[in-house]
Amino acid sequence: MRSDRAATVLLIVVLLALVALPAVAGKYYVQLATKILIMAVFAMSLDLLVGYAGLVSLGHAAFFGFGAYLVALAAPQYQAANFWTSLPLAVGGAALLAAAIGFFAVRTQGVYFIMVTLAFAQMVYYVFHDTKIAGGSDGIFIDVRPDTALFGWTPFDLANFVHLYFVVLAVFVAAYLVLRVVLASPFGRVVQGIRVNEHRMKSLGFPTFRYKLVAFTIAGAVAGLAGYFGAVQYGAVNPEMLGWHLSGSVLMMVILGGMGTLAGAVIGAAAFLLLELVFQGLSEHWQLLMGTTIVLVALFLPNGIAGLAWPLQRGRSG
Amino acid sequence: MAEVVLAVERLSRNFGGLAAVSGVSLECRMGEVHAVIGPNGAGKSTLINMLSGDLPPTSGTVRLRGRDVTGLTADRISRLGVGRSYQKTNVFLPFTVFENARIAAQSRLASSLRFFRPATALRAVNEAAERAIAAAGLEGREGATVASLSHGEQRQVEIAMTLATDPTLLLLDEPLAGMGAEESARIVALLQRLAADHAMLLVEHDMDAVFALADTLTVMVNGVVLESGTPERIRSSQAVQDAYLGGDEAHD
Ligand SMILES: Nc1ncnc2c1ncn2[C@@H]1O[C@H](COP(=O)(O)OP(=O)(O)OP(=O)(O)O)[C@@H](O)[C@H]1O
Ligand SMILES: [Mg+2]
Repeated sequence: MRSDRAATVLLIVVLLALVALPAVAGKYYVQLATKILIMAVFAMSLDLLVGYAGLVSLGHAAFFGFGAYLVALAAPQYQAANFWTSLPLAVGGAALLAAAIGFFAVRTQGVYFIMVTLAFAQMVYYVFHDTKIAGGSDGIFIDVRPDTALFGWTPFDLANFVHLYFVVLAVFVAAYLVLRVVLASPFGRVVQGIRVNEHRMKSLGFPTFRYKLVAFTIAGAVAGLAGYFGAVQYGAVNPEMLGWHLSGSVLMMVILGGMGTLAGAVIGAAAFLLLELVFQGLSEHWQLLMGTTIVLVALFLPNGIAGLAWPLQRGRSG
Repeated sequence: MAEVVLAVERLSRNFGGLAAVSGVSLECRMGEVHAVIGPNGAGKSTLINMLSGDLPPTSGTVRLRGRDVTGLTADRISRLGVGRSYQKTNVFLPFTVFENARIAAQSRLASSLRFFRPATALRAVNEAAERAIAAAGLEGREGATVASLSHGEQRQVEIAMTLATDPTLLLLDEPLAGMGAEESARIVALLQRLAADHAMLLVEHDMDAVFALADTLTVMVNGVVLESGTPERIRSSQAVQDAYLGGDEAHD
């Protein structure tokens, strides 16, 4: 399709610009871009649920935050965690948590699903907020970034902001490509069928519970991946990284960018964080401006910002 | 005689105080078309919903090839070789005709927990989808979005999806409703061909089609079986004439 080719060209241009960024931009912008890429991975993981599977989760930060906490918990005090073990630990831990929560949540429909995901995420929040396992409401500082040494060779240094940027860029590209492949797979088609008409999917012989649970688990794993790098960049974890405020923000990113296209989730994450910066510079009541923008997009761009570029692509490709 | 594929015994379903289906027993053999007719609200769709697993029965049993499947979920029953179509079109409107049939055919994979190969690269699935589309008379419309089709064509998609799952037992709930004369004749011919190697339970208001296809008829009124037997017997039954066939044709 023509718009497919246009999207690919755009993608390559954006990718080249991202690779060139540290050469032309200062530390502030590189760090901002790092943050946007991390949130883009997080938003894509939620879009898998909201835009493709039709599961509107309001507790997705639980998995982002859990992945983030696992970085801190994997590190001995005042020492570095091992990157190569702590990363799978964070992703796997978030996946397990998602499987456990999803086991109950995906049995419910519509507004009940929203409520149940929110309630579970709040439970996770309070476990970290109210107990001493991870520093309570203060959270934990990550004194030293994870150590990437492999047999005595250190391929990159996560404390170096340029290195971290390129690692996050690689993670972002990998997450995007993997999700695209998965969405086009037999599994991906089932998930999209469930969004459109779960009843008929059952009637055609698909045990839909199983597929929704797997989708929920994959989304949790990818959110944990984003959370890992969120913690590494921020240098600390705290319960807000698990909170419903962040769950709401990432949902707004997905809606702002356009549900059901991975590119939309990416655009939404970038737009949300950039608008936040601009509005914060304009007024201390920036939340009001943000809210107004979201309402206007919801009213006038039902397919989000990405809908301007690909008006009829919802659910058909990344 | 051919194998009994479907055996229903004293099947009932209540909705609150309403006995929508009550004590219905019937059989359907391989190669047989068993038509269920009756006026609006007789309980025909409710009966099919219980056979397909869409609704759990209040009481009674459903057997498939001797196996008790009463109360199994719709996905389990479908995988046992039961394909159903819906009276009210129940398809994937935003997807293409091809994708509707393709996803239906994909349901016959042992598992769809396959993550890394494109779904469209499954040759056997694509071929099953294409066969079903051709059988339903939608050749050349594969790329069209179902939402953009006419009502009649959407009814054909409904049939194509049901066929794409390669069922042994077909449960068809008014497959001709809303179709033009030409498509209708085409589907009747299709059902005639399918009848040879399928068991078919057909709910239909179009009496010409019913009498052209059915080997056995069951007439339902107010949830109960009024009469059951050969087409000749049903035609000559005074009770059926009075309740349903008589007068000015009680179609909708
Ligand atoms: N889910 C439901 N809840 C309550 N009542 C129902 C439900 N489904 C069907 N009914 C009632 O059960 C009775 C039988 O309905 P059913 O749809 O099975 O009839 P039908 O024979 O298929 O009629 P038609 O020819 O109009 O399709 C009707 O009175 C209907 O209102
Ligand atoms: Mg009906």
